[in-house]
Amino acid sequence: MNTVVASITYRAMLGRKRIWLLALLPIALIAFALLFRFIGGGDESVAVELMRTFAIGTMLPLLGLIAGTGVIAPEIEDGTIIHLMSKPISRPVIALTKFVVAASLMVAFSVIPTYVAAYILIGTESGIASGFALGALFAGIAYAAVFLLLGVVSRHAVTIGVIYALVWEGLIGGYVPGARRFSIQQWAQSIADQVTTSAFLKSEVALSFAVPAMIIVVVGSVLWAGQRLRVLSLTGDE
Amino acid sequence: MSVIEIRQVSRWYGNVVAVNDVTMTIGPGVTGLLGPNGAGKSTLLHLMAGFLQPSGGTATLDAKPIWKNYDVYRTIGLVPEKEGVYNFLTGWQFVQSAARLHGLGDDAAERAIAQVDMAAAKDRRIETYSKGMRQRIKVAGALVHEPSVLLLDEPFNGMDPRQRLHLMDLVRDLGAAGKTIVFSSHILEEVERVAQQIEVMVAGRHAASGDYREIRRRMTDRPHLFRVRSSDDRRLAAALIADTASDGVSFTPQGLEVRTVEFRRFTHQLPRLARDLGVRLWQVSPTDEDLESVFSYLSGRS
Repeated sequence: MNTVVASITYRAMLGRKRIWLLALLPIALIAFALLFRFIGGGDESVAVELMRTFAIGTMLPLLGLIAGTGVIAPEIEDGTIIHLMSKPISRPVIALTKFVVAASLMVAFSVIPTYVAAYILIGTESGIASGFALGALFAGIAYAAVFLLLGVVSRHAVTIGVIYALVWEGLIGGYVPGARRFSIQQWAQSIADQVTTSAFLKSEVALSFAVPAMIIVVVGSVLWAGQRLRVLSLTGDE
Repeated sequence: MSVIEIRQVSRWYGNVVAVNDVTMTIGPGVTGLLGPNGAGKSTLLHLMAGFLQPSGGTATLDAKPIWKNYDVYRTIGLVPEKEGVYNFLTGWQFVQSAARLHGLGDDAAERAIAQVDMAAAKDRRIETYSKGMRQRIKVAGALVHEPSVLLLDEPFNGMDPRQRLHLMDLVRDLGAAGKTIVFSSHILEEVERVAQQIEVMVAGRHAASGDYREIRRRMTDRPHLFRVRSSDDRRLAAALIADTASDGVSFTPQGLEVRTVEFRRFTHQLPRLARDLGVRLWQVSPTDEDLESVFSYLSGRS
């Protein structure tokens, strides 16, 4: 961890209007929760459904994409990363710091809002709020790591990320059960399912698979991103 | 005192060769990398800065490899050409962050900002800076740790004349203080004013090397082509061909084309010959004075 790298990254992510990119979806989630609460639809099945489809199914991957690629890809694109890389700091440390920043943004903009929204709907009933928050925590960290790596290896990180989230997790995961094993979203549900006693949530991937898979994905992505930064080349304009 | 050694370095991108078998040793003082756009200057600088891996050959700093060795940045200060600065930071925050990344305090940042004469504007955001101010704040960021090597990619581009002179003075002073400085430029006058040593790059090759007198001499002592129009081209042509300064004379619809190897003698003789013959000169213009042709001549020679 390098605090200077972290503080510059936080400024880049949260400065001025950028913060709205991160804040919009969590605000929408909480607004939905309040709406359901006041029109009286705040029962358990609604809560689980909102958490499953919106909090975990939509907000989490999109925020993961914004935070994970946002902490590094724009800097590589416009060359500002040279400021950090032309200093006597190891590149893997830069990658790790960027990851920690992205993961912390996931906690602030995804995990906490997930808990708050579920709590607004049904309080602490059936452990739904804490279950989904815990799932969002693990999955948010995994998304941050994967999309950080994507931001380092590809100039089309956002496109690839959207395709992964929409096509693989959303579409293919919906029809092909095998694809669900390799879906961060499903791993989040496995963890949520472990905590909550609600009968409305049925996870498909065993916890014994989801947790090791997540650890491997996070550690592998961050290490790989560090190695890729070590050999990052500047091609210049020639 | 630091020495950059480039030994038989090549760099290619796919089929395109950007730098082709270049060998040079760069020691203390100011070295100018001169060449037209696309000659491989930036690529060479990036190889020296550790931001590109040589496809062949070795690039070392004080005998240690530069590639994949982040320790070199204790010795190197880099000023990239791209506007690689965080626009949302103030000048002070930018230079301070550079100092902290080196493990240095605010005094180092203050000193560097004073060095580039940016103290008055340091609390403004970088996005409000002019191009020249951005350039200077980048130089300050590169100087915080008092590196013994400073690499600058096209540092004088887009600066107004006053800023340019100021930065030139700074670069010259740093060179005189024993730092090893390399900067790239496609403008001979710029390089001449600042650099003691000039390395000419043409089409990825190391075309010429020497101090500015050497490079100047090579640039003037080469075949020149002049277009001459006068009141009596034929008589003038006869007199010109009789003189040793002229290599060949040909008639064209636009007038005479005179080839000369002795630039000085030719420019000295031509008006005299015309006066003696009573021929009125209407036009004398060099046809190949553009930088590209000078560079291509230099590259053909070595």
